[in-house]
Amino acid sequence: MKKSNRLSRRKFIKLAVSVAASGSAISCAGTISPWRFLSGEEAQIVEAICGQIIPADQDPGATQAGVVNFIDRQLVGHLRRHQKAYREGLAGVNQTSLARFGKKFVDLPAPQQTEVLTALDKNEAPGEIWQQRSAKEFFDLVVSHTMQGFYGDPRHGGNRDGVSWRMVGLSYPPIRGRLRYDLTKPAPKESA
Amino acid sequence: MALKHVNAVIIGAGAAGGIVAKELAVAGLSVVLLERGKWYSPFECRKDDLRNQRVTALGSAFGPDDERYVRVFVDANGQEHLVRPSEGNYHNNAACVGGGTFSYGALAWRYMEKDFRMRSTYGAVEGSTLEDWPISYQDLEPYYEKAEWEIGVSGDDSKNVFRAPRNKPLPMPPMPPSREHQLLKDTAELLGLHPFDAPMLRNTVPYNGRGACMRCRWCVGFACEVDAKNGTHNTVIPKALATKNCELRTECVAKEILTNAQGRVTGVAYFDANDRLQEQPADLVVVSCSATESPRLLLNSKSQLFPNGLGNRNDWVGRNLQGHAYAGAYGLFDFDVYDDLGPGASVAVCDYNHGNPGLAGGAALANEFIRLPYNFSTIRPPGAPRWGAAHKEFMRKWFKRHTAVHGPVQEMPVFDSRVQVDPKVKDYWGIPVARLSGLNHPHTLEVAKYIALKAETWLKEAGAIQTWLKMPGRGLSGGQHQAGTCRMGNDPKTSVVNKYCQVHDVDNLFVVDASVHVTNGGFNPGLTIMAIAYYASDHILTTWKDRKFR
Repeated sequence: MKKSNRLSRRKFIKLAVSVAASGSAISCAGTISPWRFLSGEEAQIVEAICGQIIPADQDPGATQAGVVNFIDRQLVGHLRRHQKAYREGLAGVNQTSLARFGKKFVDLPAPQQTEVLTALDKNEAPGEIWQQRSAKEFFDLVVSHTMQGFYGDPRHGGNRDGVSWRMVGLSYPPIRGRLRYDLTKPAPKESA
Repeated sequence: MALKHVNAVIIGAGAAGGIVAKELAVAGLSVVLLERGKWYSPFECRKDDLRNQRVTALGSAFGPDDERYVRVFVDANGQEHLVRPSEGNYHNNAACVGGGTFSYGALAWRYMEKDFRMRSTYGAVEGSTLEDWPISYQDLEPYYEKAEWEIGVSGDDSKNVFRAPRNKPLPMPPMPPSREHQLLKDTAELLGLHPFDAPMLRNTVPYNGRGACMRCRWCVGFACEVDAKNGTHNTVIPKALATKNCELRTECVAKEILTNAQGRVTGVAYFDANDRLQEQPADLVVVSCSATESPRLLLNSKSQLFPNGLGNRNDWVGRNLQGHAYAGAYGLFDFDVYDDLGPGASVAVCDYNHGNPGLAGGAALANEFIRLPYNFSTIRPPGAPRWGAAHKEFMRKWFKRHTAVHGPVQEMPVFDSRVQVDPKVKDYWGIPVARLSGLNHPHTLEVAKYIALKAETWLKEAGAIQTWLKMPGRGLSGGQHQAGTCRMGNDPKTSVVNKYCQVHDVDNLFVVDASVHVTNGGFNPGLTIMAIAYYASDHILTTWKDRKFR
């Protein structure tokens, strides 16, 4: 399962890169990014954070559900007012992780990533950026966007194949006109 | 650049404005109905759980839009915030044909007799402008009935021993019970309460030429995909247009109400869909813009005779802003209570609306509308983790095994909870915006605590293995249930309109919407707004036949 995920992600990025190369999706850093707003490196950080907020277990987590795609897409859409928060906040996450563990966030093992995020959540994260920007506010923002991307409608780029809806026990795609199949009522009697 | 003179201009095609337009047009008056939003159809039901009228993470589906609208919100610490419609503190109500009725949950309550006599029933409450209405339940009863039959209500309140007397039963039967409904109904009976099928402006059988609810899970906040939810957009407004006496102009934003040297209203200045300023002359004007936008329009209509705005000689316009302080409880069960049968809200009790020891007023309690997975991700017991593996496990384990009971607590009106116009901030059209400030009355929160504990008791009796309370904050409540800002009263010194919704010192100007509510009941206000619209229309027509407001 893990292997196939990795494969599909790589395939997806390859495809996206070729689209980007033929189009003009150049990120601010000047390097080619398959994403709309995020740089390749930023997308990896978002993916890692989301993976801690909703980890994979017997059901897919935020990473597999495409939450990074949701966030990137909304950052050029309705959530564009949060672009600066993401640009600075994601750099801040790396500052915290370098200060605490001497490594970038994506290179940390899962337990240490959780430690970094818990520090943000408690507003006790080391890092220059957090002098000007509340670490907790940034983390709260990413938590709510991750919840939206994972539990919200797949049309917005997350919740791939309705994974979260199926996880909580809802049919996906939804069954329409279900009144006709209402099983809480006794079966209609044939009229004599 | 004046347009052709008409008999009446109605501003706002919502719950009230749609009804007044229909009543006047059917009686033969020429009517222009102005609406700042668009006319959406059932085909625009996107079932989008991140973008609707209740969850606005990605914007609000039926307006107003974030680009052109803004308000100033003053928080509990006196701090000012610029807020956009998709942000909570904007206290939004939909901007579209049908207004809130296009996407509401459609609970269809009659207020109780005591709800019109709160001051006589409970006496003065310190720090509150609690008062009786100048009209009684009996005055409104025929109009409640008219709303129930003409707009269309289902349900069965015959088991509600607290209900006010009614002349006619509801036109449609209730829904068959969901699993949650059955459980809560049986349990309420064990507790000695009087549960019944909540009234809903919803077709349960074909009615008015449209089909029945198909019981999907996307109800409150959404357009109805099968057009089974009844609002003014699919009942009275089409009827008004069919008379050919009423012209509906959408995407038209009212700027001010125009007056002459005699202090009478002559028409309305508004920006049309192409942002051109127009003047619509009329014999009479009806303001039905909601309890935040109606006072804003009156306050923005200044002239030499009305230097503080229309109807505002005594500084009462915009005062007493109230909504409902929702209180209730959540419960977790060790069995599935969720069977995916919408809309959710269905079983109610009125045992706690009045007669609560030592408290003024109360609330109706009912189960909540279905919480979609994203909504549920924000619901958890105090102290439970909000992210990580444990939160995911909580979602997986409890989504189908949780339920919620809550009620709209009747608020004690506060004079300083108010709508003003901001001295600096203007909207896209250059019109000064609404400025909201104030707090909930402390007694409202005491009642809320009592109601929340009753909800918790109900859930525990139903077998919940864990429960927790849902309590309102001290902050202002407005939003979908906003009311009170152009109070109805007999004394012009302490109210804005008379008992017929007519502005005290301007006889051809009416305010007809929840703004006139003196108090807001312990119920969703939709049906009462509709009843008042029918009632006020009757008075307008009587005066019209008499002397045509000239």
